[in-house]
Amino acid sequence: MKPPAIVLTAPGTNRQNDAAFALEQAGAAPVCVDLLDLPGRRGEIERAKLIVIAGGFSYGDALGSGRVFALEAERLLGDLLAEKVAQGTPILGVCNGFQMLVRSGLLPGALQHNERGHFECRWVALQPSSQLCVWTKGLDEPVRCPVAHGEGRYVAGNAVLEQLRSEDRVAFRYAADDYPDNPNGSVEAIAGVCDSTGLVLGMMPHPENHVTERQGRAMVTAQKRGHALPLFRNGVLAARAS
Amino acid sequence: MKDTPLNTSGPSFTKVIKPCGAHRNRALTRQARQLGFAGVSLKASDIFFLRGETDTANLRFIVPRLLDEAQGEATRLEVGTTTVPAGRLVIEVARRAGVTDRVAAQLAESAARSGCRIEAATGSRFEMTGAGELPEKDLRFLVHNLLCNPVIETWSFGEVQPGFTSAPTEESSTVEIVPLCGLPPEGLARINNERALALDPEEMEAVVQWFTAEGRDPTDAELETIAQTWSDHCSHKTFVARIETDQGEVVPLLRQLRETTRAMKAPFVISAFDGNAGIVAFADGVQLAIKAETHNHPSAIEPFGGANTGVGGVIRDVLAAPARPVALTDILCFGPRELDHHNLPDGVLHPAVIEEGVVEGVADYGNKMGVPTVAGAVLYDAGYTANPLVFCGCVGEVLQGYDKLSGPQPGDRVLVVGGATGRDGIRGATFSSMTMDATTGEVAGASVQIGDPIMERLVADLLIELLDRPDPLVRALTDCGAGGLSSAVGELGETTGVSVDLTAVDRKYAGLQPWEVWLSEAQERMVLAVPPAQTAAVLKRVRHLGLSACDIGEFTGDRRLLVRHGAKPVVDLPMEFLHKGRPVRRLRAVLPSPDRKPDTRRREADIPKTLLALLAHPNIASKEAIIHRYDHEVLGATVIRPMAGSAQSGPSDGTVIAPPQRPSGFALGIGVNARYGLYDPEHMAHAVVDEAMRNITASGADPAQTALLDNFSWGDPRRPETLGDLVATVRGCCAAAQLYGAPFVSGKDSLNNEYVASDGTRRSIPPTLVITALAHVPEADRSIGTALRGAGHALVLTGRTTREFGGSHFNLVTGDESGTVPAPDTSAPARYRRIHALVREGLVESAHDVSEGGLAVTLAEMAIGGRLGIEATLDDPDECSALFSESLGRLVLEVRAENIPRILESLGAEAKVIGKVVKSYHLHLGTHTWAGTDLEHAWRGPTS
Repeated sequence: MKPPAIVLTAPGTNRQNDAAFALEQAGAAPVCVDLLDLPGRRGEIERAKLIVIAGGFSYGDALGSGRVFALEAERLLGDLLAEKVAQGTPILGVCNGFQMLVRSGLLPGALQHNERGHFECRWVALQPSSQLCVWTKGLDEPVRCPVAHGEGRYVAGNAVLEQLRSEDRVAFRYAADDYPDNPNGSVEAIAGVCDSTGLVLGMMPHPENHVTERQGRAMVTAQKRGHALPLFRNGVLAARAS
Repeated sequence: MKDTPLNTSGPSFTKVIKPCGAHRNRALTRQARQLGFAGVSLKASDIFFLRGETDTANLRFIVPRLLDEAQGEATRLEVGTTTVPAGRLVIEVARRAGVTDRVAAQLAESAARSGCRIEAATGSRFEMTGAGELPEKDLRFLVHNLLCNPVIETWSFGEVQPGFTSAPTEESSTVEIVPLCGLPPEGLARINNERALALDPEEMEAVVQWFTAEGRDPTDAELETIAQTWSDHCSHKTFVARIETDQGEVVPLLRQLRETTRAMKAPFVISAFDGNAGIVAFADGVQLAIKAETHNHPSAIEPFGGANTGVGGVIRDVLAAPARPVALTDILCFGPRELDHHNLPDGVLHPAVIEEGVVEGVADYGNKMGVPTVAGAVLYDAGYTANPLVFCGCVGEVLQGYDKLSGPQPGDRVLVVGGATGRDGIRGATFSSMTMDATTGEVAGASVQIGDPIMERLVADLLIELLDRPDPLVRALTDCGAGGLSSAVGELGETTGVSVDLTAVDRKYAGLQPWEVWLSEAQERMVLAVPPAQTAAVLKRVRHLGLSACDIGEFTGDRRLLVRHGAKPVVDLPMEFLHKGRPVRRLRAVLPSPDRKPDTRRREADIPKTLLALLAHPNIASKEAIIHRYDHEVLGATVIRPMAGSAQSGPSDGTVIAPPQRPSGFALGIGVNARYGLYDPEHMAHAVVDEAMRNITASGADPAQTALLDNFSWGDPRRPETLGDLVATVRGCCAAAQLYGAPFVSGKDSLNNEYVASDGTRRSIPPTLVITALAHVPEADRSIGTALRGAGHALVLTGRTTREFGGSHFNLVTGDESGTVPAPDTSAPARYRRIHALVREGLVESAHDVSEGGLAVTLAEMAIGGRLGIEATLDDPDECSALFSESLGRLVLEVRAENIPRILESLGAEAKVIGKVVKSYHLHLGTHTWAGTDLEHAWRGPTS
């Protein structure tokens, strides 16, 4: 049976269909649930084996990226996401979803305005670097996919960075430190981090936009393929195991 | 200095100041330097004005929860006023009351959710150093260009007064009667002018005649309704006018375009020049809606808001088709970036400021809506300095309910859904149909709106829910664009008649006059015709999404437009008069007589330098700094992107969009070349249609299944020469459409793009025609890009090169004025179809068209995109023509060596092998060699 997956959205989320398509390709059975549908559809989230928090501009990011999304999720869901993690449910927050997870305190650090001061959309190469993270474990080649954000510069204090490194929680790094490889000026070129369980991954780039050959065919070469579907397959594997 | 206090009568407020951070300060300081203020540096903060339950305990709760940046970089939060450090100038800016302010609204809402009832308004605070010596005029220029736009904001040295939108004002129901009947022509002209009606004298006369026969004078709202409905913007009165030329009367322009399409009988055209968008269905059966609009005048006075709502407006056009928006285009024309600000006409924003605002406005709307911005162009010309052009296009997938939309039936309810109505954007249609001058920014302030893309995202989701089903819940719909409810309700009820009550319209705040409610162009609103039985279900869905919904009346059957404010009549006009009563405009045109004599002069130039100058010319140089600010990936359907090559280092021709679930997709190609229009408007039309067709062909789309869209931005058509250029251009469009077998399915004209400076001189834009090609891509997996793919491949040039330099970019960079505009190439359509067949067979690795700058630029761009080299021969002794002529109908194909015979067999004498791809990154043409890095540096600039 395909593991039931939830794509969690808020008003202004816009990559939910992209995320749902990637989950389908990876063998999950996704449905989208919006905060506006709560509390009526809470049960679906409770039963989900996998959760993706999709990208976009929830509430217009009017008070800072992901902030209102996090506050509303807390108001409407309470501790449900933390409980899901305790039950072993893998959670992926992409872009605005990552920003929301950071604002919720499920992931450490902060996401600030890009160093260049504006939104940036371009393809990047990501080096998977965590064997703790259920989503990146065993990925053996760089993932190539687009970024599309204005507030994606990952920052954290030295203590947090040291902890992330020592606990193998830096899930992805951009291919190099400098612009444009590191498109937003993230510290240590960090593109994604996971929590201490390895179940919760937050990342700024959009792996959901590179899950078919065609999506990447103009961007990759025979030597540099960088398909992102294995990431989602990893998530589905972890969902089955939970 | 100017500081207009607004709504300060309420209780006092608390101010929270939050520094924006280094990224913003760097950007502002950089922009100040670009404007010529090298010594100035700026530090920006956001200001949040709060009032209501703002006691200390609440602030201690709200501020960290909703405003502070607790994690990461330490941020400084101050409550109350701060002292100004010595040597700094402090400028505070506040958004005017009534202007859309999503941040303030969200802050109040989130605070309420947390149990604190507050009102919020926003502003900015700037600390400036290094401005001590600036003359006041320069300081004002800097403030108005960089820190504040007085159209939507107020400012002050030191503390500014906030504009709380919710300030209580009394409800008003004044309906003014405008005494017109019996006035002499001067009196009518005065009213026309005072009320900015933008009507022709004959039209004013027709209005007076009608009301005289009725025995009464019009109300303010009636007069405004007629002016909006009869504006060039809404009724295209120039395109349906009777036009007299020396060669006799010409068929009205819109009819020429329609009849050209009709005569072509293209099986894929479902709907052309009807409703909100053109609709096509290519061989895969998917129906696509396409539309492009301009938002030129609003973008001139408030670049961000103007461009922002331009995108929002065209998306609503496509939503009303009804369709799900899947791709956006933007074609932008600006004055030169490096213009000295002392040479700017009065009241005109600096071109670099306009560009920055417009690009941010386009990016903000499309990115937040989640519709990819995938194709476009950017042109620079001094003619656009006071009157920039912003063309916004949208493609959508038609919803299932389209075929079932029967139109309103008597008894159906009139529902307004989406945003609430405020005093924003009043008289947009007439404003856009007028010439601008130095005071336009002040008087037209109310015609600028700020968009809310998140609201529109929800409106889109709602419409998809209501209409993407075999039994749609609505019978007709249209968007509220120019003219607001007056044109939306007036259009929707044209065949039935409609009766509405303005007191039922949801308002953002009290105090609006009835005519303001009726005319307001508040954004993100749609008008729906809903059968009474469905009304409750529709309203429930609207409210679930948190949108405003109001039932304002019904469709009647008496063919009258009846508007009341409670019991008070506001408008009572027959639809017949409103929609058919406008006298046909009669205009005179003097047709251009372009020089088309064969060019006998062989040109000489420093070829190495000329190519680098062409690559660096703003029109040709890389647009990546803009392109990367647009999300061109959302929806996951982008196959060929606006930047080419795996390093995204080269320019693309067409872009290809294909949802991952389907084998097929569509391509978009854009053609625009205003320089040709200066010399030969008719041949410009051919040239830009050819360019759009080349673009889609180069990306692997089928030129035999292609529809076209026309967008004309022109000067004042009442000047016979200007109109003559337009007549010649339309003639060229029709001939080109027939030649290529590509019908026009929709279009739009924006006229009166002129500016009158305070010294009385008129500045018109160059005649600017934008052609958008929407083409079928049968197999998206076969689509190709422009970047070179592999060393050892051969390069094949297809098409004929002749000496055609009129309006060329070679002329532009060498200071030449001579030559003829490239002539139509009648063999091009068949060639493109053969190239498409070769692409379908998988025989073409990459392709790039030859356009501005000629073959040399094309080859350089292919090399830059693939980071590979080219070695090509030149067997033409006239090197300048071979390299820089802009003859139409040409593409360069990259093919594998073993496929050369098959390619040449198919394309015949029109194709020849000119060189090969090599691994070493350089360009070798005849006896000239350039290092790849030099080409790339010239084309991408020092920032790449």
